[in-house]
Amino acid sequence: MSAAAFTGPSVVDIDAAKVRGAGSNVHFDKVSVAYGTHVVLHPLTLDIAPGEILAMIGPSGSGKTTALRAVAGFVRPASGRIRIGATDVTDLPPYERGLGMVVQNYALFPHMRVEDNVAFGLRAQGADKALIGERVKDALATVGMATFARRYPRELSGGQQQRVAIARALAVRPRVLLLDEPLSALDAQIRRNMVEEIARLHRSLPGLTILYVTHDQTEALTLADKIAIMRDGRVCSHGPTAELYRRPPNRFTAEFLGRANLLPVTVAEAAGSKGFATATHGDAVLTGAGRGEKAGDKSLLCIRPQHLSLTADNEHTNRIVGTLREVHWQGELTHLVLDVDGTPVRVSATKLPVALPEPGTKVPLFFAPADTSLLPEDAGV
Amino acid sequence: MLVWSRSGRLVIWVIFALIFGVLFLAPLAVILLSSLADQWNGVLPNGLTIEHYGDVARGAAWNAVKASLVTGFAASALALVSGAWAALSLRLQGPALQRLLGLLFFIPSAVPSVSVGLGLLVAFSHPPLLLNGTIAIVMIAHFVLISAFTFGNVSAGLARLSPDFEQVASSLGARPAYRLWHVTLPLLAPYLVAAFGLSFALSMGELGATVMVYPPGWVTLPVSIFSLTDRGDIFAGAALTMILVAATLVLLLGLERITKRATGA
Ligand SMILES: Nc1ncnc2c1ncn2[C@@H]1O[C@H](COP(=O)(O)OP(=O)(O)OP(=O)(O)O)[C@@H](O)[C@H]1O
Ligand SMILES: [Mg+2]
Repeated sequence: MSAAAFTGPSVVDIDAAKVRGAGSNVHFDKVSVAYGTHVVLHPLTLDIAPGEILAMIGPSGSGKTTALRAVAGFVRPASGRIRIGATDVTDLPPYERGLGMVVQNYALFPHMRVEDNVAFGLRAQGADKALIGERVKDALATVGMATFARRYPRELSGGQQQRVAIARALAVRPRVLLLDEPLSALDAQIRRNMVEEIARLHRSLPGLTILYVTHDQTEALTLADKIAIMRDGRVCSHGPTAELYRRPPNRFTAEFLGRANLLPVTVAEAAGSKGFATATHGDAVLTGAGRGEKAGDKSLLCIRPQHLSLTADNEHTNRIVGTLREVHWQGELTHLVLDVDGTPVRVSATKLPVALPEPGTKVPLFFAPADTSLLPEDAGV
Repeated sequence: MLVWSRSGRLVIWVIFALIFGVLFLAPLAVILLSSLADQWNGVLPNGLTIEHYGDVARGAAWNAVKASLVTGFAASALALVSGAWAALSLRLQGPALQRLLGLLFFIPSAVPSVSVGLGLLVAFSHPPLLLNGTIAIVMIAHFVLISAFTFGNVSAGLARLSPDFEQVASSLGARPAYRLWHVTLPLLAPYLVAAFGLSFALSMGELGATVMVYPPGWVTLPVSIFSLTDRGDIFAGAALTMILVAATLVLLLGLERITKRATGA
């Protein structure tokens, strides 16, 4: 096959797209996917900005891989369009989309050396030899695998295979990098290091748009500019990472992202100019960031386990009382489970009073209004 | 090994050796002995000689070896190509069609090979398909009988191949032909080699259909062995059998060596 016959995005224009800060956006326009009559992705509209890392997280079977494979071109949408940059790729075959893809088990070609794996995409696209050599060296250096070029994949550890898989995807200078649970086959320690490395990688290639599918919320929180939370084939929330974490828009998001405690409350006073509303739970009067609730509304008060303290101070002015049920010591963290009028409330603490109360005793808990937000009782269930 | 105790393992080995020895080695040993026997009236041959090998070598042995090897290679290569092709293209069809065609492929192996030979003889005895008395009809007979196995082997290999490899290749810009040549086929190589080896061995030993269709001048090893023993020339038949075994073994081992070197395993 000659380079001239290749009608897809040539090596050259993929290269042009990679000029710093000039990555492509990915746009889902009402994309739905069905297997037979079983709809696994309900019409999805979502935009990933150029150079952005979007983490798609959600429980198993929620449609994350399906959405990613629709971008890659391995699943045909039942309706809707997918655009990458200015190109509508919905009807393009995978090999003309100019993407890089890394899958869960790496899928390194076992019959090729590391360098040939990395060179694969460029060779397939008919790039010239000198360019291939240069790019392969570059890509391997980027992931710190330059000295392993002559090895076969079976001679590498899981983490090293992972890096080669990323290098292979980067060598074609993709417009968009698709990562489907790239770290789930690694153990916890290596996974933490790899998350940091991917973050570093993205800092060195700021124009690269990344769709990162995972069900690990730590990976998502560490890496992503934005997070989309999937549930039953729908995006149930989408927003900047910190905002989604601090002000989850619904119960599912609050619980999935960081296992927040949700206390049923009744709004007493709508949010004022500073954005804080007052709500009551039993006879406790609590303050937290509001989002347009009216007095008398039923609502949920969202408090992160690490924001609950057993001791009061100037900031931790909200106070509730619960019955201590369980204590789990985990070294650097201690997890407590309390019962607050029938709602289980989790506390994670680094510092604890020397004499921990006995299970069964009533314990006051304190938290700061700034760490607290209200969210609607019914939205998103 | 699931049995850990020393005596337990010993028992297992003895049972294995008995089954293997009695069922596999005993017949071969008898053939080997007959091929070297001077005369054989008692439990063991009366004396040993290599005269039978000389006899068959002076006779039609080398033509038979050539006919068998050429037929085996040609039929196996054809079966490999078409079996792999069928398996690869059936993968794109629905599972129902795949099962149906898979079944069709296997019918010839369920029918006595003599009937397959007869069927070919009748089917190809009228113009324009007049192939009676040609070498081609021998090849076709072998091809029909062995293609089910290449198809089955390659299908099994494909079923075990994770779709990730091909999908990653596509996403990196590999067009279907490039992907097939550089990813799919190399990954299937062990199955292709196994398929080729199996069909080659089957072809080397094929008698039933060949006897029905072989033309004068293209007498394969099994057919020669059959006619020798049929004439009562047991010892010469045994010598020719040993030549068949040796030729097949040498080829299969050579094949294994080559692929081992090629795949770097
Ligand atoms: N080839 C297929 N045929 C039929 N249904 C499928 C197919 N692939 C996936 N599904 C279904 O589509 C739904 C979404 O699957 P998907 O793989 O996108 O989930 P996921 O969010 O990636 O889950 P996980 O976290 O387990 O990887 C599931 O209910 C799954 O059973
Ligand atoms: Mg998945």
